[in-house]
Amino acid sequence: MKVFTLLRRTIFAALLVPAAALVYWTLTGEAGPNPIDFITDTTGTTALSCLVLSLTVTPLRRLSGRNELIKLRRMLGLYAFFYACLHVLTWSVLDWFFDWESMAADIVKRPFITLGMTTFLLLLPLAITSTEGWIRRLGRRWTRLHRLVYVAAITATIHFWWVVKVDFRQPRLWALALSVLLGFRAWWTLQARVPRSSAGSA
Amino acid sequence: MLIRKTPDIRYSEVTPKGLYLRRREFIHAAAAGAIGAAATLSPVGTARAQAQGGRAKLPNVRKSAFSTTEKINPYEDVTGYNNFYEFGTDKDDPMRNGQKFISRPWTIRVEGLVKTPGSYDIDTFVKPHALEERIYRLRCVEAWSMVIPWVGIPLADVIKRLEPLPGAQFVEFTTLLDPKQMFGQRIPVLDWPYIEGLRMDEAMHPLAILAVGLYGEVLPNQNGAPIRLVVPWKYGFKGIKSIVRIRFTDKQPRNSWEVANPREYGFYANVNPTVDHPRWSQASERRLGEFLRRKTLMFNGYGDQVAGLYSAMDLRRAF
Repeated sequence: MKVFTLLRRTIFAALLVPAAALVYWTLTGEAGPNPIDFITDTTGTTALSCLVLSLTVTPLRRLSGRNELIKLRRMLGLYAFFYACLHVLTWSVLDWFFDWESMAADIVKRPFITLGMTTFLLLLPLAITSTEGWIRRLGRRWTRLHRLVYVAAITATIHFWWVVKVDFRQPRLWALALSVLLGFRAWWTLQARVPRSSAGSA
Repeated sequence: MLIRKTPDIRYSEVTPKGLYLRRREFIHAAAAGAIGAAATLSPVGTARAQAQGGRAKLPNVRKSAFSTTEKINPYEDVTGYNNFYEFGTDKDDPMRNGQKFISRPWTIRVEGLVKTPGSYDIDTFVKPHALEERIYRLRCVEAWSMVIPWVGIPLADVIKRLEPLPGAQFVEFTTLLDPKQMFGQRIPVLDWPYIEGLRMDEAMHPLAILAVGLYGEVLPNQNGAPIRLVVPWKYGFKGIKSIVRIRFTDKQPRNSWEVANPREYGFYANVNPTVDHPRWSQASERRLGEFLRRKTLMFNGYGDQVAGLYSAMDLRRAF
């Protein structure tokens, strides 16, 4: 088996671990006295981790020159969506048990929930159009559409920041990681523009 | 020839399975017993045992008419899931990081507008009062709740004994500041040490207690050993833990959470389903161990007893 295939399968299996662990911990009582809260937190942070991980693929590919890494991007993005789905399901089923009225009120009145829901709605079209068929059909528009992932990563991080009461160490780390990853892209975009204009003036 | 080998261990020497499974408790109990026996001259020998990490029963605890008859949360919920940021900000951090905390000997300083200022040893401080079991609802500002069988002494009795001067309008409490033991204090998430306060009439209310135990046993470290405040009609964060200072003052104390975020946390912090926390609703709560949320009650269900304290106030503003 090629090393890359092995890597891909390992990552695939590793990212199933949080979901499996949640089921196991909940059944064995190790999720603690407030399992719903624990599941909400874990699915949320795992979704954010996957989302930020998916943003490392392009920089890693450019830095390493290994183009096959691109194949990891969709998997990581879909994992982010998978955990985001679990997160939203936990909130609507376990936390509120389909109390639509309260949920709607929360989405409108609580900024952190508004942002969480926004993030989910941003990820939804990206997940749907992640197939080969959609990539072909949308052509260049696909690339433009999937830039929404930057917005989703930002709203997800702010969502996390606003949930926290006073201990901002974790959201601060995520914000830092995200800034670095988006910073790479901003730098490259600028770099791509500068030579062209300087070439023109020469 | 049949060789009969005598087993190395006789059956009578085998530890019974139940006891084996509870061997930690057994060791602690044995240790507590030994220390307790050595300290029988002291009425609080059992409390000393607690400092060694054991679980020690509190003697002569009276029942109270103020107790609720609701289902009590299991010991594991009460001691394994709570906020005590001095030991970390996760719910199981207090249990994990509080184990080695030394809560004896312990001194409480009484200061300010009071006739009897000074430093009191914890046992001398508690001894004049009869211990009472108070089974109270606890409602956290984070919208979860529990029912806890506290053991404590009425705060009003303590205050009467200390004899505040006429000018004293508030009581301020301070938690121990000791970053060596309380790892959480090395991180400036709050402005340490933790401070809480009550208006004098609130502090004198018969529901307010200083707890020194729960489940009939000495208060575990993670729950605020050796002595903490319990004010059941207010959000849990008012229940300041591991108290080292009680100050009588004429000015409203600035409690730690109000200092940290005045928009979200006030001085009064009465449980109030009609005043939302800016970031989440306070209308409902999850009782630990239950699946569906339940409606949050005004003053956490203690309205009949305490509403009179606030009759002239706008509780939307004084949140």
